[in-house]
Amino acid sequence: MTATKNILLVGVGGQGTITASKILSNGLVAHGYDVKMAEIHGMSQRGGAVVSQVRYGEKVHSPVIDEGEADIIIAFEMMEALRWLGHLKPEGKIVINNYKLPSVRINSGIDTYPRNVLERIRDKVHTTVIDASDMAEKLGNRKTMNVVLLGALIKSMALEDLPWENIIRDNVKEKFIDINIQALKAGMTAV
Amino acid sequence: MKKLLTGNEAVARGAYEAGIVYASAYPGTPSTEILENIALYKEDIIAQWAPNEKVALEAVIGASIAGGRVIASMKHVGVNVAADPLFTFAYTGVTGGAVLVTADEPGMHSSQNEQDNRYYAKFSKIPMLEPSNSQEAKDMVVEAIRISETFDSLVLLRMTTRICHSKTLVAFGEREEGVKQPYRKQLDKFDAVPSTARKLHAKVEKRLLDLEAFSNETPLNFIEWHDKKIGVIASGIAYEYAREVFGETVSYLKLGFTYPLPFKKIEAFAKEVSTLYVIEELEPFMEEQIKARGIECIGKAKLSNQGELSPQILRAALLGEKFEVIDYDRSDIVPRPPTLCAGCPHRGFFYELGKRKNIMINGDIGCYGLSGFEPLNAKDTTICMGASVSMAHGAQTIFNRYDENMRAVATIGDSTFFHTGMNSLLDVVYNRSNAITCILDNRITGMTGHQDHPGTGYTLQGMPTTIVEIPELVKALGVKHVRVINPNHLDEVNEAIDWALAIENEPSVIITRYPCALKKYSPQDLEEFGALDSQCVVDEETCIGCRKCIKTGCPALIWDPEKKKVSIDTNQCVGCQVCLQTCPVNAISVKGVSR
Ligand SMILES: Cc1ncc(C[n+]2csc(CCOP(=O)(O)OP(=O)(O)O)c2C)c(N)n1
Ligand code: SF4
Ligand code: SF4
Repeated sequence: MTATKNILLVGVGGQGTITASKILSNGLVAHGYDVKMAEIHGMSQRGGAVVSQVRYGEKVHSPVIDEGEADIIIAFEMMEALRWLGHLKPEGKIVINNYKLPSVRINSGIDTYPRNVLERIRDKVHTTVIDASDMAEKLGNRKTMNVVLLGALIKSMALEDLPWENIIRDNVKEKFIDINIQALKAGMTAV
Repeated sequence: MKKLLTGNEAVARGAYEAGIVYASAYPGTPSTEILENIALYKEDIIAQWAPNEKVALEAVIGASIAGGRVIASMKHVGVNVAADPLFTFAYTGVTGGAVLVTADEPGMHSSQNEQDNRYYAKFSKIPMLEPSNSQEAKDMVVEAIRISETFDSLVLLRMTTRICHSKTLVAFGEREEGVKQPYRKQLDKFDAVPSTARKLHAKVEKRLLDLEAFSNETPLNFIEWHDKKIGVIASGIAYEYAREVFGETVSYLKLGFTYPLPFKKIEAFAKEVSTLYVIEELEPFMEEQIKARGIECIGKAKLSNQGELSPQILRAALLGEKFEVIDYDRSDIVPRPPTLCAGCPHRGFFYELGKRKNIMINGDIGCYGLSGFEPLNAKDTTICMGASVSMAHGAQTIFNRYDENMRAVATIGDSTFFHTGMNSLLDVVYNRSNAITCILDNRITGMTGHQDHPGTGYTLQGMPTTIVEIPELVKALGVKHVRVINPNHLDEVNEAIDWALAIENEPSVIITRYPCALKKYSPQDLEEFGALDSQCVVDEETCIGCRKCIKTGCPALIWDPEKKKVSIDTNQCVGCQVCLQTCPVNAISVKGVSR
């Protein structure tokens, strides 16, 4: 097996980063990897920035990913992509959902949303932008946006040979299985 | 098969496997999910929320003395609340095995301080275990029960946020049904009067020597020999970080049993290595003790005692390594601070309270603590749970003493009032205070993720129970002036504040009563408050762009800087109608929705 890989999933409370990283981690475990996953709970639930860190390999010690260490970042929201960009290895990849979620302070006119986010990131690293929110909407359930992004991640990390359909079956509610499998496939073909 | 579990889920599994039959706790990040997961073993373990941590530990102490295996869990500051019974239970010892879990928070992700609770083990003279991952967390609960029953002592299991909330692989074991010890009255053990306590103290000192011998022998403390130029002593998450950074290039003394320290092992290890590092998060708990034995080592000279450690911090501090980081402009990235949810019942109350002059608002701990930020600006202080009421009393006493035109107000949540606020209100009544107490009853423990409490009518394991009514309770404590209001009705809020300010010589209590917007309504809630079946909409034509509604801070209100109009996010709005009442041109109206 290879050296430990580091994946960062970043977004805003309520976007489903935690479910996506749970499906991902369980898939990696079923494949025989050692996996550690870190999340910070607590205040972040109240509309704050959230980050899930997944590390996998033959033997993983630390559960955390520092600046300059991520092989890939999956950003569920554009400003969060910019916030966490420093965590990426300079040769790492970033997959960004083409979606803006202004903070409360931006909505109330106290702060302003950063400009030209995608251009600024493209300037620095290997960047893929996908319309995961639109794609999920088209599939008929915008909440599956997280699984579309998970599909993109899986493809980008060359993990598509794992039995993801079964893993989804084991990790989501019965009535959402089919739509999530479709979302995953859509995400895989988007990158 | 192995499963990914958080450290908290693993402790719960450990409690099951250890044959524990009774568990009690009060919620607090990062410990909350320990009891929530224990509660799932309904057939085997009785799990209960206590009103505070002292009560939780005392209930567990009684259960242990009666002969059951027990566990109590709490966040680091919770142990301060439970410290009184802790220190004497440390003297008496146990009947059924007893574990106290402390979940510390280096980095203070959601806490008011970052105290290092390892000192509680040394201070109260009880053994301590520190897991480095979820497997160890589970196994150590089982081991802790064994140690507790062998050495006749409460055992401290010390976790930190990264252990509590990281998922790592765990292999399961079977439940070991403990033998129920018969209850025996033992005055010479459990009746800690001075004459007995003196004898018990002598026993505790002897127990510490036995425990140190155990610490030297137990495989929980083990040496991993590699190159001997550098030796590392580490425990908890710091061990995993060290392992990540140094791999197999240095030797390790990995400590899982960290009080009393295994000095024989430490001496033997130190002798063999040229440079000895002690790597620990927060305070130099081990380093100080190791140095006191005359063993040279390097620790806090290179590593901070503030915040969390990380592999990168170790690399920079101990190896002088720098990481290549993408250089980019971060200047316009704005924060996403936590805010009161859309439709939070605290909003209306603070919207009005924040406008008042000549008042000092003593805040407390809970979602309502978010009132301190823009745009509500309705808070002056935070210290600890329950403190708002007693602090308001103290502050009002000084304002009165110096004839200052100031009123002290306390704002406290329902769960926090049951926790320790009740005692403080007694102080207000007893000492003839005119401090104003506002109890923000949202019918649940909101901040920590919606736990039931004595006012909700349900126990942790889902049994219906007596609802303790706060207005009755407050009156029973001796308060004569009590008002219950709906905080979403701004007129009612204003009237109540005026009413309380006009009561100049006696205590007054305002109780706001409306469920948390994220609460799953109980049948009683549905009957009292009705279902959430409406939302608000802004009529774009009528809206004059004055942004008065935005001053409520509701995250569902969206300001469009181009159009200069406000709109309402239908994903978030729950129709509380607070914004509607602030609009000077009636641009906001209500519409029914089905959910
Ligand atoms: C001694 C102590 N125990 C536990 C906590 C964790 N804690 C923070 S806020 C809170 C609950 C607050 O609930 P409530 O008073 O009902 O207010 P709400 O969040 O619902 O507004 C708890 C348990 C703490 N900070 N200190
Ligand atoms: S969880 Fe409940 S109490 Fe807390 S901010 Fe949200 S609505 Fe308010
Ligand atoms: S009614 Fe107004 S204040 Fe209440 S949740 Fe909806 S937008 Fe927010």
